Amino acid sequence: MLHLALFSIFGAICVAGAVNVLIQRHPINSALSLIAVLASLAVEYLLLGAEFLAAVQVIVYAGAIMVLFVFTIMLLNAGEEERTRGSRVAIVFGIPGMLVGGILVAWALLRYSGTGPVSVGVLPGPPNTIAQLLFHDFLLPFEVTSLLILIAIMGAVVLARGEETPRPATKEQG
Amino acid sequence: MSGLPQTADYVRILPELVLSIFGIVVMLLEPLFDERRSQRTLGSIALIGSLVAIMASVFQAQNPGFAFWNMVRVDGFSVFFHVLVTTIAAVVILTSYEYMSVQRIRAGEYYGLILFGTVGMCLMSSAVELVLIFIALEISSISTYILAGFRRREAASSEASLKYFLLGSFATAFFLYGVALMFGATGSTNIDKISPALEQSTVPPLAYLAVALMFVGLGFKVASAPFHIWTPDVYEGAPAPIVGFMSTAPKAAAFAVLLRILFEANAPGRFWLIWFSAVLSMCLGNLGALVQTNVKRLLAYSSIAHAGYLLVAFAAAPEVGVSAAMFYTAAYAAMNVGAFAVISHFANAGEKYVTLDDYAGLGRRSPVLAATLTIFLLSLIGIPATGGFFAKFYVFSAALKADLVGLTIIGVINSAVAAYYYLRIIVVMYMRESREEIPVRGIPLGLGTALVVSLAATIYLGVLPGRVLDYALASANQLMQTPASAAAATVNPGR
Repeated sequence: MLHLALFSIFGAICVAGAVNVLIQRHPINSALSLIAVLASLAVEYLLLGAEFLAAVQVIVYAGAIMVLFVFTIMLLNAGEEERTRGSRVAIVFGIPGMLVGGILVAWALLRYSGTGPVSVGVLPGPPNTIAQLLFHDFLLPFEVTSLLILIAIMGAVVLARGEETPRPATKEQG
Repeated sequence: MSGLPQTADYVRILPELVLSIFGIVVMLLEPLFDERRSQRTLGSIALIGSLVAIMASVFQAQNPGFAFWNMVRVDGFSVFFHVLVTTIAAVVILTSYEYMSVQRIRAGEYYGLILFGTVGMCLMSSAVELVLIFIALEISSISTYILAGFRRREAASSEASLKYFLLGSFATAFFLYGVALMFGATGSTNIDKISPALEQSTVPPLAYLAVALMFVGLGFKVASAPFHIWTPDVYEGAPAPIVGFMSTAPKAAAFAVLLRILFEANAPGRFWLIWFSAVLSMCLGNLGALVQTNVKRLLAYSSIAHAGYLLVAFAAAPEVGVSAAMFYTAAYAAMNVGAFAVISHFANAGEKYVTLDDYAGLGRRSPVLAATLTIFLLSLIGIPATGGFFAKFYVFSAALKADLVGLTIIGVINSAVAAYYYLRIIVVMYMRESREEIPVRGIPLGLGTALVVSLAATIYLGVLPGRVLDYALASANQLMQTPASAAAATVNPGR
């Protein structure tokens, strides 16, 4: 029961964070909201029994990839820094929301703490099981993903190259 | 089941390996060549790559079975789509030679992306694991998003690329959500394990939702209504040979995935989904095409309508329906790639001449090309002695066999309506005064070869359809069998 309560609470936080990513005007606020999404997703993984994935989720997504996001936003918005008093959504929904969330978690922990340990799910959790899946059973999708990334890089190069026209051909024809 | 992949595993993904290697070679050689000369050389390498891949697919047919621990299943069905998709790629590369130099587009990544996209489409037709299907779908989609934006100097092309990308990513998210729900409903993402789970007496309600969501994702890729809104704008903006490519090859691959998911996995609740989508696609596609004046937009609406005809086959009985759908994709590919090859030749620099008025009098000024385009258009109508006739014939007779009289009547009425706008192009070409200011060039070798191949395929399928149909029927039967017996059975490749 505690398991279901925790799962629902963090699921709700995750959805609320995702909605907030969309409705925020300032990209930094969206990025910060994304951290909440990724962190609560990590808790969901943990509750499902995928403890290794939960750790990776925190380290790679909430850590490394978020830092990249924030750097990119700061580089793109360079020069237009402004002083704000925080977003209105944060004041209206965020702080009460955090209070409600904290109370809910505390209530769930207190209410159900006597009903036995939190069970974890049946998904493959330990790293050696995941390695077996990734590098054996799902070897082909794993390798094919490298082709997908290669295409994405090519696309970025093609589309970002700018409008330069092939000069020699132009001169000869014109 | 542990250990390293065996030789047989690699043979079963041989066409994909060949295409990837040639794609990488094209990329590596691109900076070594002078820009003007790179065009022809890189194109030839890509062409050789796709020809070798066709041979690899035919070779693969002698070695059917599963590979990479039930990720890939090579059977008659997958070989059919491998040969189809790689042939389309080869013909499109031939068409692109002239187009690229007339439009002055840099060649390197263009040919590489065609090859890489073809890898994704090949994998889509042979994958039996939803995770692999998803990655293959993304490979094919992302490369077509980029190819759509290759006319860098035209705003319409960038618009096409961006629209296609945004809507396409949205549709892929639907597909992925469907896969996740399917895993939730059946406990597996492998099609061969999903099908026994779905055959039990009570199908979990979640499975219906999963099938519907996957249908949304794939319906977008095949441009069937109501997920067709992107089609006219993208086809109008994208380079003409690429439109020929993306209206046939990714569509064929997505139909292959749809056939596998719907029939091999025996998806529940598929009938009404298909019925509504087929009727909507046929009606909206044909009505939209009636009022178009841009030939590329007109053929975009026609491709929506053809997706509708194809879906009619999906509503029919499994074996006959699958074989009719396979035949239809092949016939449609032959005529549509050919039609777009002619359009890309007439378009000229900057694709200036693509409206219906520009085609006036071409029957006199460029008789060979006009006659070729006429044959493709007649085939798109479904006139006897062309591939389009037998394609429609098999689809509608499969539907009648399944007692789908209403659907068949709607389909036949629609193909009668469709005759109007195809004939309008022919009338304009032969019966209107010519506008002399439009330059007409001779037919270069590459384009000529491409036209001969698609013309030969269109007429072959229209005159001697038996062999291809028998092959399609055999592989459809094989697809319906249980996985264990299917792995042992072999089907003789048509040659």
